[in-house]
Amino acid sequence: MDVTFQFNWQAAFASLPHLVAGIPYTLLISFGGLAIGFFIGIVVGLLRISRTAWLRWPAIIYIEIFRGTPVLVQVLFIFYGLPQLLGGPINALVAGIAAIAVNSGAYISEIVRGGVQSIERGQSEAGLSLGLSRGQAFRYVIWPQAFRRMIPPLGNQGIISIKDTSLFSVIGVGELVRQGQIYIATTFTALEVYLMVALLYLVITLSLSLALRLLERKGLVGQ
Amino acid sequence: MTQDRQASGSPPIVHLSKLNKHYGELHVLKDIDLTVTPGEVVVIIGASGSGKSTLIRCVNGLEEFQQGELEVDGNTLLPNGKATKALQKIRTEVGMVFQQFNLFPHLSVLDNVVLAPMKVRGWDRDRAEATAQRLLARVGIGDQAGKYPSQLSGGQQQRVALARALAMEPRLMLFDEPTSALDPEMIGEVLDAMRELANEGMTMMIVTHEMGFAREVADRVIFIDKGRIAEQGRPEQIFDSPQQAPTQSFLSRVLKH
Ligand SMILES: Nc1ncnc2c1ncn2[C@@H]1O[C@H](COP(=O)(O)OP(=O)(O)OP(=O)(O)O)[C@@H](O)[C@H]1O
Ligand SMILES: [Mg+2]
Repeated sequence: MDVTFQFNWQAAFASLPHLVAGIPYTLLISFGGLAIGFFIGIVVGLLRISRTAWLRWPAIIYIEIFRGTPVLVQVLFIFYGLPQLLGGPINALVAGIAAIAVNSGAYISEIVRGGVQSIERGQSEAGLSLGLSRGQAFRYVIWPQAFRRMIPPLGNQGIISIKDTSLFSVIGVGELVRQGQIYIATTFTALEVYLMVALLYLVITLSLSLALRLLERKGLVGQ
Repeated sequence: MTQDRQASGSPPIVHLSKLNKHYGELHVLKDIDLTVTPGEVVVIIGASGSGKSTLIRCVNGLEEFQQGELEVDGNTLLPNGKATKALQKIRTEVGMVFQQFNLFPHLSVLDNVVLAPMKVRGWDRDRAEATAQRLLARVGIGDQAGKYPSQLSGGQQQRVALARALAMEPRLMLFDEPTSALDPEMIGEVLDAMRELANEGMTMMIVTHEMGFAREVADRVIFIDKGRIAEQGRPEQIFDSPQQAPTQSFLSRVLKH
């Protein structure tokens, strides 16, 4: 069969400036959401391992809800659903950041829990036996070690959340995919543009992987 | 190594009365009465599972107990005690060395030793480091201060753990089988450091299976059988003429080897 090669490099490169305009949104939603998600993850993850049942249960419920429902449904709920409750529209960018925050927050809670629980009991016992308070033992002994172990799964979560933002074209945030769709609507170069979109995601996620690998290596010195 | 090392009439540093501890159904410590005077070296022996670790871990509040009373250096711990001021004070004044060393792997040897003096005692770094260097030199690892625990041998790690505990200037030191995780050729160096500490007059409670060391260093040997103090006395008394059947059978088993 004779298939004519139709890939148009010129069209691909021509789309780049338009697509690149989406990168700030993609990064802002991902990293803004992840930063808040990290904060949520620490708080909820620590509540999750609390010995007090009424602190632990809300954490479990939170984690199950936001891990057990699709992030797309979450963002639709926030963007279209919440305004009915609040009585006013929500900015699409804010909705996107909020969705990544609550979603990644649930996963990061479990990462925090796993990291903290992976530190041997003897570590906190050694700290306590030296007179450190529970808080000090956590801060100076447990957390630094737990955090080191959390870096690889956190990196994973970061990559997942970055890719999740591609779904938010549905609420009209001008992130990468949305920019691609707009461009294709007038040029009909779907093949070229989506390839470029995919490559741009790769650049972002590979940079993150690389940065985390460096961080990990630095952190492992002397271990 | 005579009884007169215990200054007679001075108030006890550890006092346990009718202490009982349960793990659920399991009655681990039964009516423990025990008094340790300043400067005394008490060695606790007994079969595996008899409650030796549990007993010394009660002394610094790493384990709770259900009945009885525990007083350490004038601070009283009550049954089922939650985190209290007394507990915090006790832990500040009591040092502990663990079987598995439990050094902080993310900190250098020096930082392992200065952490608690700086955070708990509030010393500045200069003072804490000076003390740390002196203690590390004393246990024979002055040249390793910049290394990380994983770069040291087991014997060196345990000596760092000893220096780390001593940096808090404790009034009492607890040891839970400090040489049981060590290769045979490293046991001696840790026992030497402990012997030196005993000779300087440190009050010590030691759980160990090193009977030769116990005989040499202990002022008193306590034999625990199924959670009860079955027999106690001078080392020669316990080792050479034990009175109780459980003590006799335990010693005949361990001294045979
Ligand atoms: N956290 C725990 N939960 C339930 N039971 C425990 C716990 N820790 C210890 N025990 C039980 O309590 C008893 C006393 O344990 P302990 O560790 O004090 O013994 P030990 O004399 O130190 O023994 P070993 O020589 O093996 O160290 C044992 O039967 C043990 O199984
Ligand atoms: Mg034990």
